Amino acid sequence: MTPGQNLFVIFFAAVFTNNILLTYFLGMCPFLGCSREVKTALGLGTAVIFVITCTSGLNWIVYEFFLRQGALTWLLGAGAETLDLTYLRFIIFIVVIAAFVQFVEIVIERVSLRLYYALGVFLPLITVNCAILGVSLFMVIRDYSFLSAVAYGFGSGVGWALAIVAMAGIRDRMKKANVPHGLEGPGITLIIAGIMALAFMGFSGIIKL
Amino acid sequence: MANSAVKSQGYATLARGLWEENPIFRQVLGICSTLAVTNYLLNTIIMCAGLTFTLCASCVTVSLLRHYTPVRIRMMVQTLIIASYVIVVDIVIRAQLPEISEQLGPYVGLIITNCIVMGRCESFARSNGPVLSFWDALGNSLGYSAVLLCIAFFRELLGFRTLLGYRVLGDWFTPWTVMMMAPGAFFMLAILVWIARSRDAVEEEKGK
Repeated sequence: MTPGQNLFVIFFAAVFTNNILLTYFLGMCPFLGCSREVKTALGLGTAVIFVITCTSGLNWIVYEFFLRQGALTWLLGAGAETLDLTYLRFIIFIVVIAAFVQFVEIVIERVSLRLYYALGVFLPLITVNCAILGVSLFMVIRDYSFLSAVAYGFGSGVGWALAIVAMAGIRDRMKKANVPHGLEGPGITLIIAGIMALAFMGFSGIIKL
Repeated sequence: MANSAVKSQGYATLARGLWEENPIFRQVLGICSTLAVTNYLLNTIIMCAGLTFTLCASCVTVSLLRHYTPVRIRMMVQTLIIASYVIVVDIVIRAQLPEISEQLGPYVGLIITNCIVMGRCESFARSNGPVLSFWDALGNSLGYSAVLLCIAFFRELLGFRTLLGYRVLGDWFTPWTVMMMAPGAFFMLAILVWIARSRDAVEEEKGK
Protein backbone atom coordinates (compact mmCIF):
# COMPACT_ATOMS: atom_id res chain seq x y z
CA MET A 1 0.00 0.00 0.00
CA THR A 2 1.76 3.14 -1.19
CA PRO A 3 1.02 6.36 0.68
CA GLY A 4 0.23 8.18 -2.57
CA GLN A 5 -2.71 5.94 -3.32
CA ASN A 6 -5.82 7.61 -4.54
CA LEU A 7 -7.94 8.65 -1.56
CA PHE A 8 -11.08 8.11 -3.54
CA VAL A 9 -10.15 4.49 -4.17
CA ILE A 10 -9.47 3.90 -0.47
CA PHE A 11 -12.79 5.48 0.43
CA PHE A 12 -14.81 3.41 -2.01
CA ALA A 13 -13.00 0.22 -1.17
CA ALA A 14 -13.77 0.78 2.53
CA VAL A 15 -17.45 1.42 1.84
CA PHE A 16 -18.20 -1.33 -0.65
CA THR A 17 -15.63 -3.99 -1.41
CA ASN A 18 -14.03 -4.22 2.02
CA ASN A 19 -16.97 -3.23 4.16
CA ILE A 20 -15.77 -3.27 7.75
CA LEU A 21 -18.90 -5.00 8.98
CA LEU A 22 -19.64 -7.50 6.26
CA THR A 23 -16.12 -8.66 5.45
CA TYR A 24 -14.23 -8.06 8.71
CA PHE A 25 -17.09 -8.66 11.19
CA LEU A 26 -16.27 -5.54 13.17
CA GLY A 27 -18.99 -3.75 15.07
CA MET A 28 -21.29 -6.76 15.12
CA CYS A 29 -22.76 -6.25 18.59
CA PRO A 30 -24.45 -2.90 17.97
CA PHE A 31 -25.28 -4.13 14.48
CA LEU A 32 -27.35 -6.97 15.91
CA GLY A 33 -28.62 -5.03 18.90
CA CYS A 34 -29.55 -1.61 17.50
CA SER A 35 -30.87 -2.44 14.06
CA ARG A 36 -34.56 -2.70 14.89
CA GLU A 37 -35.54 0.78 13.76
CA VAL A 38 -34.23 2.86 10.90
CA LYS A 39 -34.18 6.01 13.03
CA THR A 40 -31.98 4.51 15.74
CA ALA A 41 -29.73 2.95 13.14
CA LEU A 42 -29.33 6.28 11.38
CA GLY A 43 -28.40 8.06 14.62
CA LEU A 44 -25.90 5.43 15.60
CA GLY A 45 -24.50 5.33 12.08
CA THR A 46 -23.95 9.09 12.02
CA ALA A 47 -22.23 9.01 15.40
CA VAL A 48 -19.97 6.19 14.23
CA ILE A 49 -19.03 8.01 11.01
CA PHE A 50 -18.04 11.09 12.99
CA VAL A 51 -16.09 9.30 15.71
CA ILE A 52 -14.36 6.85 13.39
CA THR A 53 -13.13 9.61 11.05
CA CYS A 54 -11.76 11.75 13.87
CA THR A 55 -10.19 8.94 15.88
CA SER A 56 -8.44 7.42 12.88
CA GLY A 57 -6.78 10.81 12.28
CA LEU A 58 -5.95 11.27 15.95
CA ASN A 59 -4.58 7.77 16.35
CA TRP A 60 -2.49 8.20 13.22
CA ILE A 61 -0.88 11.30 14.74
CA VAL A 62 -0.30 9.54 18.06
CA TYR A 63 1.17 6.49 16.36
CA GLU A 64 3.40 8.45 13.99
CA PHE A 65 4.79 10.84 16.60
CA PHE A 66 4.90 8.72 19.75
CA LEU A 67 4.61 5.00 19.22
CA ARG A 68 6.37 3.77 16.10
CA GLN A 69 10.01 2.82 16.15
CA GLY A 70 12.18 5.92 16.36
CA ALA A 71 9.16 8.18 16.48
CA LEU A 72 10.27 9.90 19.65
CA THR A 73 13.49 11.28 18.19
CA TRP A 74 11.85 14.70 17.79
CA LEU A 75 11.38 14.80 21.55
CA LEU A 76 14.27 12.84 23.04
CA GLY A 77 16.98 13.35 20.44
CA ALA A 78 18.94 10.79 18.44
CA GLY A 79 19.22 8.37 21.36
CA ALA A 80 15.60 7.39 20.94
CA GLU A 81 16.00 5.95 17.46
CA THR A 82 15.68 2.35 18.57
CA LEU A 83 12.88 3.04 21.01
CA ASP A 84 9.81 1.11 19.89
CA LEU A 85 6.57 1.62 21.77
CA THR A 86 4.40 -0.13 19.19
CA TYR A 87 3.31 -2.75 21.70
CA LEU A 88 1.53 -0.04 23.68
CA ARG A 89 -0.75 0.78 20.78
CA PHE A 90 -3.75 -1.20 22.04
CA ILE A 91 -3.87 0.69 25.31
CA ILE A 92 -3.11 4.09 23.82
CA PHE A 93 -5.60 3.75 20.97
CA ILE A 94 -8.44 2.72 23.24
CA VAL A 95 -7.66 5.56 25.64
CA VAL A 96 -7.61 8.08 22.78
CA ILE A 97 -10.94 6.76 21.53
CA ALA A 98 -12.54 6.80 24.99
CA ALA A 99 -11.23 10.28 25.73
CA PHE A 100 -12.41 11.59 22.38
CA VAL A 101 -15.88 10.15 22.82
CA GLN A 102 -16.14 11.65 26.30
CA PHE A 103 -14.97 15.00 24.96
CA VAL A 104 -17.48 15.00 22.12
CA GLU A 105 -20.24 14.10 24.52
CA ILE A 106 -19.44 17.09 26.73
CA VAL A 107 -19.12 19.46 23.79
CA ILE A 108 -22.39 18.58 22.08
CA GLU A 109 -24.22 18.65 25.38
CA ARG A 110 -23.17 22.29 25.75
CA VAL A 111 -23.52 23.32 22.14
CA SER A 112 -26.75 21.73 21.05
CA LEU A 113 -29.15 19.86 23.28
CA ARG A 114 -31.09 18.65 20.28
CA LEU A 115 -28.04 17.07 18.76
CA TYR A 116 -27.21 15.65 22.17
CA TYR A 117 -30.51 13.85 22.38
CA ALA A 118 -30.18 12.63 18.81
CA LEU A 119 -26.58 11.39 19.03
CA GLY A 120 -25.53 11.62 22.66
CA VAL A 121 -27.26 8.44 23.77
CA PHE A 122 -25.22 6.46 21.28
CA LEU A 123 -21.85 7.88 22.18
CA PRO A 124 -21.05 5.73 25.25
CA LEU A 125 -21.87 2.65 23.18
CA ILE A 126 -19.29 3.65 20.64
CA THR A 127 -16.23 3.34 22.85
CA VAL A 128 -16.58 -0.41 22.85
CA ASN A 129 -17.50 -0.63 19.18
CA CYS A 130 -14.84 -2.86 17.70
CA ALA A 131 -15.07 -1.12 14.34
CA ILE A 132 -13.50 2.04 15.75
CA LEU A 133 -10.49 0.30 17.26
CA GLY A 134 -10.32 -2.01 14.26
CA VAL A 135 -9.93 0.88 11.83
CA SER A 136 -7.07 2.30 13.89
CA LEU A 137 -5.32 -1.07 13.96
CA PHE A 138 -5.82 -1.73 10.24
CA MET A 139 -4.46 1.70 9.46
CA VAL A 140 -1.23 0.88 11.31
CA ILE A 141 -0.85 -2.50 9.60
CA ARG A 142 -1.44 -1.05 6.15
CA ASP A 143 0.97 1.81 6.71
CA TYR A 144 -1.38 4.55 5.52
CA SER A 145 -0.43 8.21 5.23
CA PHE A 146 -2.44 10.72 7.26
CA LEU A 147 -4.94 11.55 4.53
CA SER A 148 -5.33 7.91 3.53
CA ALA A 149 -5.99 7.01 7.16
CA VAL A 150 -8.70 9.65 7.45
CA ALA A 151 -10.23 8.61 4.11
CA TYR A 152 -10.15 5.00 5.23
CA GLY A 153 -11.76 5.88 8.56
CA PHE A 154 -14.47 7.93 6.87
CA GLY A 155 -15.13 5.20 4.31
CA SER A 156 -15.36 2.52 6.99
CA GLY A 157 -17.78 4.65 8.98
CA VAL A 158 -19.97 5.23 5.93
CA GLY A 159 -19.84 1.54 5.06
CA TRP A 160 -20.84 0.55 8.59
CA ALA A 161 -23.68 3.09 8.67
CA LEU A 162 -24.88 1.90 5.26
CA ALA A 163 -24.96 -1.70 6.43
CA ILE A 164 -26.81 -1.00 9.68
CA VAL A 165 -29.38 1.29 8.05
CA ALA A 166 -30.03 -1.26 5.30
CA MET A 167 -30.39 -3.96 7.93
CA ALA A 168 -32.83 -1.83 9.94
CA GLY A 169 -34.87 -1.26 6.80
CA ILE A 170 -35.01 -4.96 6.06
CA ARG A 171 -35.90 -5.87 9.64
CA ASP A 172 -38.65 -3.28 9.59
CA ARG A 173 -40.21 -5.05 6.63
CA MET A 174 -39.78 -8.41 8.34
CA LYS A 175 -41.81 -7.51 11.41
CA LYS A 176 -44.94 -9.16 10.13
CA ALA A 177 -43.17 -12.13 8.57
CA ASN A 178 -43.69 -15.54 10.09
CA VAL A 179 -40.21 -16.60 11.19
CA PRO A 180 -39.57 -20.05 12.73
CA HIS A 181 -39.43 -19.75 16.50
CA GLY A 182 -35.76 -20.62 16.92
CA LEU A 183 -34.68 -18.14 14.27
CA GLU A 184 -36.43 -15.10 15.70
CA GLY A 185 -34.19 -12.21 16.67
CA PRO A 186 -30.47 -12.78 16.20
CA GLY A 187 -30.80 -15.89 14.07
CA ILE A 188 -32.68 -14.30 11.21
CA THR A 189 -30.59 -11.14 11.51
CA LEU A 190 -27.44 -13.18 10.98
CA ILE A 191 -28.90 -14.85 7.92
CA ILE A 192 -29.86 -11.46 6.47
CA ALA A 193 -26.35 -10.24 7.25
CA GLY A 194 -24.96 -13.23 5.38
CA ILE A 195 -27.10 -12.47 2.34
CA MET A 196 -26.05 -8.82 2.53
CA ALA A 197 -22.42 -9.90 2.67
CA LEU A 198 -23.01 -12.02 -0.42
CA ALA A 199 -24.55 -9.02 -2.17
CA PHE A 200 -21.62 -6.81 -1.21
CA MET A 201 -19.25 -9.41 -2.61
CA GLY A 202 -20.71 -8.48 -5.95
CA PHE A 203 -18.79 -5.22 -5.71
CA SER A 204 -15.49 -6.96 -5.20
CA GLY A 205 -14.45 -6.85 -8.85
CA ILE A 206 -14.60 -3.05 -9.01
CA ILE A 207 -11.72 -2.01 -6.79
CA LYS A 208 -8.95 -3.94 -5.10
CA LEU A 209 -7.67 -2.76 -1.76
CA MET B 1 -18.88 -28.26 54.50
CA ALA B 2 -18.51 -24.63 53.58
CA ASN B 3 -15.71 -25.54 51.27
CA SER B 4 -17.75 -28.08 49.33
CA ALA B 5 -20.63 -25.61 49.07
CA VAL B 6 -18.29 -23.06 47.50
CA LYS B 7 -17.02 -25.74 45.19
CA SER B 8 -20.42 -26.80 43.95
CA GLN B 9 -21.37 -23.18 43.50
CA GLY B 10 -18.25 -22.82 41.38
CA TYR B 11 -19.22 -25.75 39.19
CA ALA B 12 -22.75 -24.44 38.85
CA THR B 13 -21.35 -21.08 37.71
CA LEU B 14 -19.07 -22.84 35.26
CA ALA B 15 -21.89 -24.93 33.82
CA ARG B 16 -24.15 -21.91 33.50
CA GLY B 17 -21.63 -20.18 31.27
CA LEU B 18 -21.21 -23.32 29.18
CA TRP B 19 -24.79 -23.87 28.21
CA GLU B 20 -27.64 -22.09 30.03
CA GLU B 21 -26.19 -18.64 29.59
CA ASN B 22 -23.86 -19.41 26.73
CA PRO B 23 -22.72 -15.97 25.58
CA ILE B 24 -23.24 -16.70 21.90
CA PHE B 25 -26.52 -18.61 21.93
CA ARG B 26 -28.28 -16.58 24.57
CA GLN B 27 -26.92 -13.11 24.13
CA VAL B 28 -25.21 -13.24 20.72
CA LEU B 29 -22.44 -11.12 22.19
CA GLY B 30 -18.81 -10.75 21.45
CA ILE B 31 -18.68 -12.38 18.08
CA CYS B 32 -17.00 -9.36 16.52
CA SER B 33 -13.35 -10.14 16.67
CA THR B 34 -13.35 -13.89 16.78
CA LEU B 35 -15.82 -14.73 14.05
CA ALA B 36 -13.43 -13.24 11.53
CA VAL B 37 -10.75 -15.86 12.13
CA THR B 38 -13.03 -18.90 11.96
CA ASN B 39 -11.98 -19.79 8.41
CA TYR B 40 -9.10 -21.88 9.82
CA LEU B 41 -9.44 -24.16 12.81
CA LEU B 42 -5.90 -23.52 14.06
CA ASN B 43 -6.32 -19.74 14.09
CA THR B 44 -9.58 -20.15 15.96
CA ILE B 45 -7.93 -22.33 18.60
CA ILE B 46 -5.20 -19.75 19.18
CA MET B 47 -7.68 -16.92 19.26
CA CYS B 48 -9.99 -18.75 21.70
CA ALA B 49 -7.03 -19.56 23.96
CA GLY B 50 -6.11 -15.89 23.95
CA LEU B 51 -9.66 -14.91 24.77
CA THR B 52 -9.94 -17.47 27.55
CA PHE B 53 -6.75 -16.20 29.16
CA THR B 54 -7.80 -12.56 28.82
CA LEU B 55 -11.29 -13.16 30.14
CA CYS B 56 -10.20 -15.21 33.17
CA ALA B 57 -7.31 -12.94 34.07
CA SER B 58 -9.24 -9.71 33.72
CA CYS B 59 -12.30 -11.01 35.58
CA VAL B 60 -10.14 -12.09 38.50
CA THR B 61 -8.31 -8.76 38.50
CA VAL B 62 -11.51 -6.74 38.31
CA SER B 63 -12.95 -8.83 41.10
CA LEU B 64 -9.88 -8.35 43.30
CA LEU B 65 -9.98 -4.60 42.75
CA ARG B 66 -13.73 -4.29 43.10
CA HIS B 67 -13.64 -2.56 46.48
CA TYR B 68 -11.01 -0.05 45.38
CA THR B 69 -12.47 1.03 42.05
CA PRO B 70 -14.65 4.15 42.12
CA VAL B 71 -17.94 3.43 40.36
CA ARG B 72 -17.71 6.39 38.02
CA ILE B 73 -14.47 5.39 36.38
CA ARG B 74 -14.93 1.63 36.53
CA MET B 75 -15.39 1.22 32.76
CA MET B 76 -12.09 2.91 32.06
CA VAL B 77 -10.33 0.84 34.73
CA GLN B 78 -11.79 -2.36 33.29
CA THR B 79 -10.77 -1.40 29.77
CA LEU B 80 -7.22 -0.73 30.89
CA ILE B 81 -7.01 -4.04 32.75
CA ILE B 82 -8.31 -5.90 29.70
CA ALA B 83 -5.97 -4.04 27.37
CA SER B 84 -2.95 -4.92 29.51
CA TYR B 85 -3.75 -8.63 29.32
CA VAL B 86 -4.37 -8.41 25.59
CA ILE B 87 -0.92 -6.89 25.17
CA VAL B 88 0.50 -9.91 26.99
CA VAL B 89 -1.40 -12.26 24.67
CA ASP B 90 -0.25 -10.33 21.61
CA ILE B 91 3.41 -10.40 22.64
CA VAL B 92 3.29 -14.13 23.40
CA ILE B 93 1.66 -15.00 20.07
CA ARG B 94 4.05 -12.74 18.19
CA ALA B 95 7.07 -14.35 19.83
CA GLN B 96 5.97 -17.98 19.69
CA LEU B 97 3.85 -18.16 16.54
CA PRO B 98 4.95 -15.33 14.23
CA GLU B 99 3.16 -16.75 11.16
CA ILE B 100 -0.16 -17.05 12.92
CA SER B 101 0.29 -13.61 14.42
CA GLU B 102 0.63 -12.28 10.88
CA GLN B 103 -2.56 -14.03 9.78
CA LEU B 104 -4.55 -12.89 12.77
CA GLY B 105 -3.56 -9.30 12.02
CA PRO B 106 -5.43 -6.79 14.11
CA TYR B 107 -7.88 -9.29 15.54
CA VAL B 108 -5.83 -10.16 18.62
CA GLY B 109 -5.90 -6.50 19.63
CA LEU B 110 -9.61 -6.41 19.05
CA ILE B 111 -10.16 -8.81 21.96
CA ILE B 112 -10.14 -5.58 24.00
CA THR B 113 -13.43 -4.49 22.51
CA ASN B 114 -14.92 -7.98 22.59
CA CYS B 115 -18.20 -7.39 24.36
CA ILE B 116 -18.00 -10.64 26.34
CA VAL B 117 -14.93 -9.59 28.28
CA MET B 118 -16.42 -6.26 29.25
CA GLY B 119 -19.82 -7.86 29.78
CA ARG B 120 -18.57 -10.48 32.25
CA CYS B 121 -16.45 -7.94 34.14
CA GLU B 122 -19.38 -5.57 34.39
CA SER B 123 -22.17 -8.02 35.15
CA PHE B 124 -20.39 -10.65 37.26
CA ALA B 125 -16.83 -9.96 38.39
CA ARG B 126 -17.68 -6.49 39.67
CA SER B 127 -19.99 -7.90 42.33
CA ASN B 128 -18.52 -11.34 43.10
CA GLY B 129 -15.39 -12.77 44.68
CA PRO B 130 -12.32 -13.72 42.62
CA VAL B 131 -12.85 -17.50 42.79
CA LEU B 132 -16.44 -17.40 41.59
CA SER B 133 -15.49 -14.82 38.96
CA PHE B 134 -12.82 -17.16 37.69
CA TRP B 135 -15.30 -20.00 37.28
CA ASP B 136 -17.77 -17.71 35.61
CA ALA B 137 -15.14 -16.40 33.21
CA LEU B 138 -13.89 -19.91 32.45
CA GLY B 139 -17.39 -21.21 31.80
CA ASN B 140 -18.24 -18.33 29.53
CA SER B 141 -15.04 -18.47 27.55
CA LEU B 142 -15.24 -22.24 27.12
CA GLY B 143 -18.87 -22.03 26.05
CA TYR B 144 -17.90 -19.32 23.63
CA SER B 145 -14.89 -21.24 22.32
CA ALA B 146 -16.94 -24.40 21.80
CA VAL B 147 -19.34 -22.58 19.48
CA LEU B 148 -16.58 -20.89 17.52
CA LEU B 149 -14.57 -24.10 17.15
CA CYS B 150 -17.69 -25.76 15.81
CA ILE B 151 -18.08 -22.99 13.22
CA ALA B 152 -14.39 -23.17 12.32
CA PHE B 153 -14.54 -26.97 12.00
CA PHE B 154 -17.27 -26.82 9.37
CA ARG B 155 -15.87 -23.77 7.60
CA GLU B 156 -12.42 -25.27 7.16
CA LEU B 157 -13.77 -28.70 6.28
CA LEU B 158 -16.25 -27.48 3.67
CA GLY B 159 -14.28 -24.48 2.43
CA PHE B 160 -10.78 -25.90 2.14
CA ARG B 161 -11.37 -29.67 2.52
CA THR B 162 -8.79 -29.66 5.33
CA LEU B 163 -8.70 -29.81 9.13
CA LEU B 164 -5.85 -28.10 10.97
CA GLY B 165 -4.10 -27.92 7.60
CA TYR B 166 -4.33 -31.66 6.84
CA ARG B 167 -6.29 -32.74 3.80
CA VAL B 168 -9.37 -34.64 4.95
CA LEU B 169 -11.79 -34.72 2.03
CA GLY B 170 -10.73 -36.06 -1.33
CA ASP B 171 -11.06 -34.54 -4.79
CA TRP B 172 -14.59 -35.86 -5.11
CA PHE B 173 -15.75 -33.06 -2.84
CA THR B 174 -16.13 -29.66 -4.44
CA PRO B 175 -15.07 -27.01 -1.91
CA TRP B 176 -17.76 -24.53 -0.96
CA THR B 177 -16.21 -21.19 -1.75
CA VAL B 178 -18.83 -19.37 0.27
CA MET B 179 -17.50 -21.04 3.43
CA MET B 180 -14.11 -19.43 2.94
CA MET B 181 -15.67 -15.99 2.63
CA ALA B 182 -17.42 -13.82 5.17
CA PRO B 183 -21.02 -14.92 4.41
CA GLY B 184 -20.15 -18.50 5.36
CA ALA B 185 -19.45 -17.42 8.92
CA PHE B 186 -22.76 -15.57 9.16
CA PHE B 187 -24.70 -18.56 7.86
CA MET B 188 -22.91 -21.08 10.09
CA LEU B 189 -23.51 -18.97 13.18
CA ALA B 190 -27.15 -18.46 12.25
CA ILE B 191 -27.63 -22.22 11.87
CA LEU B 192 -26.05 -22.93 15.26
CA VAL B 193 -28.14 -20.26 16.98
CA TRP B 194 -31.20 -21.71 15.30
CA ILE B 195 -30.43 -25.24 16.52
CA ALA B 196 -29.70 -24.10 20.07
CA ARG B 197 -32.82 -21.97 20.36
CA SER B 198 -35.11 -24.57 18.82
CA ARG B 199 -33.85 -27.13 21.33
CA ASP B 200 -34.71 -24.70 24.10
CA ALA B 201 -38.21 -24.25 22.77
CA VAL B 202 -38.74 -28.01 22.74
CA GLU B 203 -37.49 -28.29 26.33
CA GLU B 204 -39.73 -25.45 27.44
CA GLU B 205 -42.78 -27.19 26.04
CA LYS B 206 -41.82 -30.40 27.78
CA GLY B 207 -41.49 -28.46 31.03
CA LYS B 208 -45.04 -27.19 30.72
